[in-house]
Amino acid sequence: MGYPEYQVIIGLEIHAELATESKVFCSCPTTFGAAPNTQVCPICLALPGALPVLNEKAVELAVKAGLALGCEIPPFSRFDRKHYFYPDLPKAFQTSQLDHPLCRSGIVEFRVDDQTYQVRINRVHLEEEAGKSVHSGERLQGSHYSLMDLNRGGLPLIEIVTEPDLRSGEQAKAFLERLRTILRYIEVSDCKMQEGSLRCDANVNLSINDNGKNVRTSIVEIKNLNSFRAVERAINYEAQRQYEDYLDGNMSLNAGKITAGWSDAEGRTYVQRQKEQADDYFYFPDPDLVPIEISAEQVESWRSQLPELPAEREARFVTQYGLSAYDAGVLTAAKGIADFYETVVENFDGDPKIVANWVMGEVLRMLKDAGDEAEQALAEAPLKPHMLAELLQLLQSGAINGNQAKEVFAEMWTSGKDAAVVVKERGFEQISDTAAIAELVNAVIAANPKVIADIQGGKTSAMGFLVGQVMKKTAGKANPKLVNQLIREQLNIT
Amino acid sequence: MEIDAQLIAYLEELSCLILSEREKQRLTDDLREILNSMARLEELNTTGVPERSHPFDNVNAFREDVVQPSLSREHILQNAPAHNSEFFIAPKTVE
Repeated sequence: MGYPEYQVIIGLEIHAELATESKVFCSCPTTFGAAPNTQVCPICLALPGALPVLNEKAVELAVKAGLALGCEIPPFSRFDRKHYFYPDLPKAFQTSQLDHPLCRSGIVEFRVDDQTYQVRINRVHLEEEAGKSVHSGERLQGSHYSLMDLNRGGLPLIEIVTEPDLRSGEQAKAFLERLRTILRYIEVSDCKMQEGSLRCDANVNLSINDNGKNVRTSIVEIKNLNSFRAVERAINYEAQRQYEDYLDGNMSLNAGKITAGWSDAEGRTYVQRQKEQADDYFYFPDPDLVPIEISAEQVESWRSQLPELPAEREARFVTQYGLSAYDAGVLTAAKGIADFYETVVENFDGDPKIVANWVMGEVLRMLKDAGDEAEQALAEAPLKPHMLAELLQLLQSGAINGNQAKEVFAEMWTSGKDAAVVVKERGFEQISDTAAIAELVNAVIAANPKVIADIQGGKTSAMGFLVGQVMKKTAGKANPKLVNQLIREQLNIT
Repeated sequence: MEIDAQLIAYLEELSCLILSEREKQRLTDDLREILNSMARLEELNTTGVPERSHPFDNVNAFREDVVQPSLSREHILQNAPAHNSEFFIAPKTVE
């Protein structure tokens, strides 16, 4: 008898910090990396009498995120208090949304290889960040304490909750990458996982077909996954662990949610605690904040402000520029790179596929160490898109060859000099003066009667020797196409 | 809802409090009285009264996304039971 078949069932909860200037319920700044406890006010501290006032921009960004994820925007929304006791939360409750989130029922498409998948979005709601406890760095004697920095407390955060539609770690990673691309396109969040502005919790369990009987393992929620790779690895590890524990008779079934952490170094999950029931947070509507009503006109106005989304742009790149789906996917994975590509194309008189090869090759190579900062690095690079277009024009006209163009590109990338200037400085300019080259061709033909006889006797491969001789006389600067053409003309070879 | 010793113990745990026997008794009496008072509301006829989650009629009380100065760190930390020059010092929460 074989092993029972099983399916992995995965739902994600993603937190993304919104790109506002000030916090969600007070006017403190949101600057990342500021000195500890320098962006804190009476509202952040929950001093008695301090009242929160909602940042309108946070609502706008949360709704835009929902719209980009295909959500409906209900006309009524409100905040609830979620109670728990933790030193990073001075109020002893988090202002969040339970029954009336800003956005509901969305859908997101993503691809793994050539297969397209869909994930339903259950909800997108707005809430506040908690403060940050610092456990490393400055160490305290005895270490019974944590150091608390409340700068992060009160940053606007959206929580995106998916339905359990994902089936593998690979899918979860691909979905998350697509989600990040969307959020960055619409500029609601910078989504920097290493700075914690995008974080992911994964709920994982198995549906096992054991001799025709369907069995479900208990859901394990893996918290605080802070890289795409960690999401994929943690899910795959956890699914395998649950399966093996089930076969060994050690896996709990249909129990409440179990919370687990992930150790990237050890490559394993570890169970933290039995999760409290949702009711234990004693949610109730926040009396300090009045409800939100969003009109259909407002929703449509925000929708009209959304840029072209990555999936639409990808499809357009295929039809408009004749790119492969793969190339279109690479070029539209970041808005800044897609914008750069299109500006080069607009300024270049030639095949957009040539531009695609250069952007995907040379430009992305320059950006590969920038990681999350790639778009910013590109925006700050001295080489601007119209300059790349000029370089490609020189290449296309035959003024320089491919290897020279790459050298010129590298120089332009760091110096910001124009292509023509670098070409001149390096003496790359090809000689395309027909009269000058014809003179050299005649001289080479006159000096090599034996080779000429061979060629006229049918050994056309000897042509290369003649071309080489002309190139040598010009120190490689003659336009090889033109040289070839002139020799053929002189010898009457077609 | 029945306020009994089990519920009090549960609330004690959730709110991270340690109560004396006297406090538990007082809390039991208080909570019962509060629930009894609230129970009187059940007698009201609310037919045709729309459900609402806030006593005020106004909605959309927003502020613009504009930064205002925060408090100085000295101010913030001065009333904390424990702090160093930069941070609040709090009981350790992660092993």
